[in-house]
Amino acid sequence: MGDAPAGCARPTGTVVGEAPPETTAKGTESKEEKRMSVRAGGKAPDFKAPAYHKGQFTTVKLSDYLGKWVLLCFYPGDFTFV
Amino acid sequence: MSAVADRYGEFKELGVEVIAVSVDSMFVHKVWDEEELSKMVDGGIPFPMVADGAGNLGRVYGVYDENAGVDIRGRFLIDPDGVIQAMEVLTPPVGRSVEETIRQVKAFQHVRATGGAEACPSGWQPGGATLKVGPDLVGKVWKVWKP
Repeated sequence: MGDAPAGCARPTGTVVGEAPPETTAKGTESKEEKRMSVRAGGKAPDFKAPAYHKGQFTTVKLSDYLGKWVLLCFYPGDFTFV
Repeated sequence: MSAVADRYGEFKELGVEVIAVSVDSMFVHKVWDEEELSKMVDGGIPFPMVADGAGNLGRVYGVYDENAGVDIRGRFLIDPDGVIQAMEVLTPPVGRSVEETIRQVKAFQHVRATGGAEACPSGWQPGGATLKVGPDLVGKVWKVWKP
C-alpha cells in the first residue's frame, strides 16, 4: 500500500505524534486495535483519509498537522440544510 | 460547513487549520462545493473535505451513528501537540456556533501562551480578566471574578 492514495479513510491505530505500532516479530498481525478513547485532554487518534481540497483530490494525514492548531469538524452530510 | 468557511479568514489568522469530515465521497464533496457552497462563500470551501465513507474516522472519534450511517456533528479542537483541548458533539438538527468555537480557540491559545499560568474563567472573552493560577487564588476567586 505504502503511500498510494488512501482508498478509504483509516485510523492509523496510533495517536498523533506517536510512532506506528511495531509489527510483531511473530508475524501474526495483532488485530486487536488499541481501543482509543477520544477525550478532552487526550491525544487525538491519527488517521489518513482521502479528501477533496480546492478542486483537487488529495490525502489528509492528521499527524502532518502537528505543530499547528486543528479544528476537526464532522458533519452529517453534504447538501444538508443546517 | 459554510458558516466555518465564512469565518475561515479568522481561523487562518489564529493559525488554525480546518478539516471537515463527512461520509460523502470526494466526488460529492466536489459537486457540493462547486454547485452550492461556492455560492455562499467566495471561492468555495478553502479547507480539505475528508471522505469517511465507511465511518471509520467517525467511529474512532465517537460520532458515527450506526443506524443513520452518518457522522453526526462533532468538532474537536486539537492543539499543536496533538492533544484534544475541546470537543463538542451535537445531533444533526442543530448547528454549531462558530463564534463560540473562535472564542474557545482564543482562550486555549491564551492559556497555552502563558504556559498554563493563567486560566480563562467562564464566559471569558479575549482581553478579559484571567485567573492567575496559584496558592494565592485559593478561596479568593470571589475577589477577582464574579459570574
